[in-house]
Amino acid sequence: MTDILEAPVTDVARAELPSWRLVMRRPGFIVGALILLFWIVCALFGSSFAPHSAYAQQLLATNQPPSAAHWFGTDQLGRDVFSRVLVGARSILLVAPLATLLGTVLGTALGLALGYIGGALDAIVGRLVEAVLAVPAVIVAFLFIVAVGASATTEILVIGFIFTPIIARTVRSAVQVESQLDYLAAARLIGESRRHVMFAEILPNVMPTVLVEFTVRLGYAIFTVATLAFLGFGVNPSTPSWGSDINANYGVIAAGYWWETLFPALAIASLVIAINLVADSIDRVLAG
Amino acid sequence: MTAIAPAADQGSDDAGQPALRVADLDVTYRVRGQSRLALKNVSFEIGRNESYGLVGESGSGKTTVALALTRYLPRNGRVSGGSIGIDGADPMRMGAHELRELRAHKVSMVYQEPGKALNPSMRVGRQVAEVYEVAGLSKSDAAERAAQMLGKVQIPDPKRVMERYPHELSGGMAQRVVIAMAIAAEPALLILDEPTTALDATVEAEVLDLIASLRAQLNTSVLFISHNLAVIAQMCDRVGVLYAGELVEEGPAAQLFAEPRHPYTVGLLRCIPRRGQRKDHGRLDSIPGFLPEPGHTLPGCIFAPRCPIAEDQCRHAPPPPFTTGERRTSRCYRYQHTADLPRNTPVDVELRAGPEPGTDPVITIRDLSKTFTPTGGPVQALRGVNLAVQRGETLGLVGESGSGKTTLARVLLGLTSPDPGATVEVAGQAIAKDAAHRTRQQLQAMQIVFQNPDSSLNRRHTVRQLISRPLTKLAGLSGPRLRERLMDLVRSVRLEERHLALRPRQLSGGLKQRVAIARAFGGGPAIVVCDEPTSALDVSVQAAILNLLADLQAKEQVTYLFISHDLGLVRYLSDRIVVLYLGRVMEVGPAERVFSGPHHPYTEALLSAVPSLDGTRRSRIRLSGEIPSAADPPSGCVFHTRCPRRLASGICESTEPPLAEAEPGHLISCHIPIDQLASLQGAEAVS
Amino acid sequence: MAIYLLRRLGLAVITLWLLSVIIFFAGQVLPGDPGRAILGPFAAQSAVINLDRQLGVDRPLITQYWTWISGAVHGDLGISYQYRTPVEPMLVSALANSAKLAVFALILIIPLGILGGVLAALYAGRAVDRIISLSGLSLATVPEFVSGIVVIVIFADGLKLLPASAYPGPGASFGTQLRYLILPVVPLVFEFFGYIARMARAGTIEALESDYARTATLKGLPRPVVIFRHVLRNSLLPTITVIATQVGYLIGGLVVVETLFNYPGVGRLIYNAAMSKDFPMLEAGVLTIGAIYMVATLIADLLNTGLNPRLRTGVAT
Repeated sequence: MTDILEAPVTDVARAELPSWRLVMRRPGFIVGALILLFWIVCALFGSSFAPHSAYAQQLLATNQPPSAAHWFGTDQLGRDVFSRVLVGARSILLVAPLATLLGTVLGTALGLALGYIGGALDAIVGRLVEAVLAVPAVIVAFLFIVAVGASATTEILVIGFIFTPIIARTVRSAVQVESQLDYLAAARLIGESRRHVMFAEILPNVMPTVLVEFTVRLGYAIFTVATLAFLGFGVNPSTPSWGSDINANYGVIAAGYWWETLFPALAIASLVIAINLVADSIDRVLAG
Repeated sequence: MTAIAPAADQGSDDAGQPALRVADLDVTYRVRGQSRLALKNVSFEIGRNESYGLVGESGSGKTTVALALTRYLPRNGRVSGGSIGIDGADPMRMGAHELRELRAHKVSMVYQEPGKALNPSMRVGRQVAEVYEVAGLSKSDAAERAAQMLGKVQIPDPKRVMERYPHELSGGMAQRVVIAMAIAAEPALLILDEPTTALDATVEAEVLDLIASLRAQLNTSVLFISHNLAVIAQMCDRVGVLYAGELVEEGPAAQLFAEPRHPYTVGLLRCIPRRGQRKDHGRLDSIPGFLPEPGHTLPGCIFAPRCPIAEDQCRHAPPPPFTTGERRTSRCYRYQHTADLPRNTPVDVELRAGPEPGTDPVITIRDLSKTFTPTGGPVQALRGVNLAVQRGETLGLVGESGSGKTTLARVLLGLTSPDPGATVEVAGQAIAKDAAHRTRQQLQAMQIVFQNPDSSLNRRHTVRQLISRPLTKLAGLSGPRLRERLMDLVRSVRLEERHLALRPRQLSGGLKQRVAIARAFGGGPAIVVCDEPTSALDVSVQAAILNLLADLQAKEQVTYLFISHDLGLVRYLSDRIVVLYLGRVMEVGPAERVFSGPHHPYTEALLSAVPSLDGTRRSRIRLSGEIPSAADPPSGCVFHTRCPRRLASGICESTEPPLAEAEPGHLISCHIPIDQLASLQGAEAVS
Repeated sequence: MAIYLLRRLGLAVITLWLLSVIIFFAGQVLPGDPGRAILGPFAAQSAVINLDRQLGVDRPLITQYWTWISGAVHGDLGISYQYRTPVEPMLVSALANSAKLAVFALILIIPLGILGGVLAALYAGRAVDRIISLSGLSLATVPEFVSGIVVIVIFADGLKLLPASAYPGPGASFGTQLRYLILPVVPLVFEFFGYIARMARAGTIEALESDYARTATLKGLPRPVVIFRHVLRNSLLPTITVIATQVGYLIGGLVVVETLFNYPGVGRLIYNAAMSKDFPMLEAGVLTIGAIYMVATLIADLLNTGLNPRLRTGVAT
């Protein structure tokens, strides 16, 4: 027993298999990927296999508790909650990944420039990044959404722009680690251009960081999109969306109609957790 | 606590018991579900007051031995067979309490990086005092004893040092503190795991002296683990040679190094340049092949695949330890034939023209200074360096860390910009200070082989990409001509075509360094800077790389700037030597003149700090004090604070001596005239 | 040390100024015509022009910014569009309410997070570690309103143990206030436990694997002494900085939690201001949050510098 407490925990050897095979072996990754796949299928084809229409109102069957006909019950307008949960995957799975992709591309480019070129650019942009980071992302997001009006495009742009400095900061520190290495000096000595050094020499080496950052940010993007929808900054109230459905129905929890909010809430939780399981598996394998 | 102390005394009184007995020790690591044997059947004993050396290259398992002895193996490692007896007690069969008592009283350990071994957020004194507190002393008594102990390891003003935090100590000072902690409890066994590897040669010499003098005072046995054969030869009574987890040879140090009885030991010794050996005297030998994969088990002798005299039985049954002399064993069936082991590398040297005398220098440096300005204030890394190097010449740069060797190389390459006023000329043409502003021809002229190939090779690129890139960018080749030149280069650094598709992490350290060398030679350079090109490599690999560098020089007529902390290597490879101290040139001259003397007192100190394999120790001149900070260099001659030959007149403190020609081609920056240096140094050598 | 302090302070001021520019841009420039934004698309143009003049938004942008920022520096944060009263008193009372919620949350989060992280590190790779790490990670990424709804459904609606609203009304006793705050605190604890635990775990594992921890163990020191004197002293310092940055993000969580639990704090104030396009209120709220974040990180930096001998003695290596 004592040895467990008294010995350090490092493994002696490092990963030898190609890392994607190690990722695939992790149970966390498998569970996460399966859940994620389920929601992706729902987002693409949900309306074709949902038992009811997600939009049809049955004003005679409002606030019905879960039953064989309506697995998750019905909401205040008599719409089938189960069908709305299935179809509701679409809006979040459209906005969040695109926003994350935008933020990752911009953030990686900015991070490369800040980390490699550095100097005054780094100092100025670094301050700007700090300023944006000083306010929680959700607040910055709705500050801008209120200003320009809600739409899917706005949401993608705003979340993408908010993620840009955050991702840039992470990539920048990874680039600075690389900058200590001699292969960059070697590249300068054969007259490689800055662009070649940044994109052909450094970028492939910071890609693992970028990948982890993308998966982690994707989780936060889901979080942010759902929260914005919950706060009423969502795209369109009649479109099924987990966050806005919760916003529309949480007022009636006190009346005992818990199913109208609980199931969309659990859907959000499962999606976020799934993404985190995937992100965590990738991170752990890359960390060795 | 009081009940424990007598028990500890009892143990050390028992003279019949060896301090350490290791019998048939197996250690297994579990890696990704597979068991790998890291130590196999290791047996040895260390007698009372004996000093035992364990030598081996990386991966030999020498640190695993130390960790097993202190029962501090990583969680995936376990002792899977055999037994350990420290003062008769086996740590593997102990409960938590007994184990703690063993660590507190009977065994202690010192390891490679002293800076990391100390708790960064605790004052040094408290950390030493803890050892006495464990033994039951009161806080004030413990502090008192700690101060005494720091005095014992020759730390000046212990009371003040005790108030410091570890980061405020130099490496040598920190290692003294760690040693003080280790010997404070007067353990039966002191394990030293590469204790001086991270230190400069001059500091290493001091620490080794300290260990030797402490051994004479204390009743402690020592297990000294090192990759450095010369250090082991100097410090140990008996030696064990570890190879791939097995103890292949054992014996008294002097005998073992003089007449090795195992082919691995023979090969290892032939890889090291002997004192005075030079590249034109013949090449170093090397050991073919690679260490077996960890966990890979061979039916026969573990060294058989690399052994030039292996026979059938060697490949089929593991050799038992043969007694080869008094207290000597070798696990080799053919130990009688090791003396005339055939060489792996032929001795004959490729014809070499050497530096072309009388021609214009290929590179000329004038008034080169470099001042860094970190937040703490300006630091002068180089001051007023003037040099000219001939075509085909090898110029060795030596000096302790912080002397400016690497800065000088980086400035020449255009990676660091010098202070204004400096000129760098290649073949008589002044070139841009910044590599980004150099023309293709100027970049082509000068290339570098960095110390660590893991850092200098882009790990995402294949060997083909790595070697081709300079061919395209600098030599302007493409298509079939590119392919032809690529294969030519690959062959000349002795890589194989199959390596081209691999990435650096799939190559061993030596192969990686060959890729780096191929890249440096790709553009057909006139000058190649070699910045500690072998210090990240094992001895057996180092020799092959040095041979390769020598061959390439002979073939391509290239000039080397060879930077190394290992004076033996510099001497082997260099035609001329530059000695740097605090960014200033102390001495320049032909290698033989600089090494044999008379030389600058600093050079003298550097040379006398080097332990030698043959045991014939030079009289040592000690450097007192620490290397001064380059941010605040001493007045006058910058070396005066540590100089053993400082003049009484006070001129050394007040005036900086010029770098003057003491004899043709040999420049020394010292107030003492050369004939006087000769008699001073000659007299010491005789005594 | 003094130079470092000044430098650090100067940078914080610059950052805050940049933030004010961003907020001003989002609040005054992007919406185009605030009068139109407030009155809606069907209001008469003359009414819009009138309102714009009243609000002072017809003046040049630089003048507007100057008026706003110089007012803000002197504590005058403008007049709320919605309530037509000064922003400042409302903001102050909302901040006081939020502070109660935040302090309560932090009192729970910090010890729990550190304890969880240290435990996970001591048992790294074993069941305890997996449970703490995975549940921490999962809880941290589930939005507050999701976990909030789950606790409301269970504890307020199902078991009827605790109120679903956070605000007992003015004049309630301390005990009552605390009882009302229990449920709202849960989502906040969930949100930040995992992150702090993760940082504490990483720091502690690093310290456990360090050479100095080995030195301490091989000295024969008892295990608790090794852990408390040698490991935790070094591993928890970086966690302080992490906690400070989390204080800033806590406020983001407040927006959701205060809305869900109907609690009159600064989060709901900002949210309401955003919903009713009350830009002065919104800008003031966001700027205040930024300032709080800045102060929190500044304090963390100073603490870190003060407690870490390597930084305190200022030796640059």
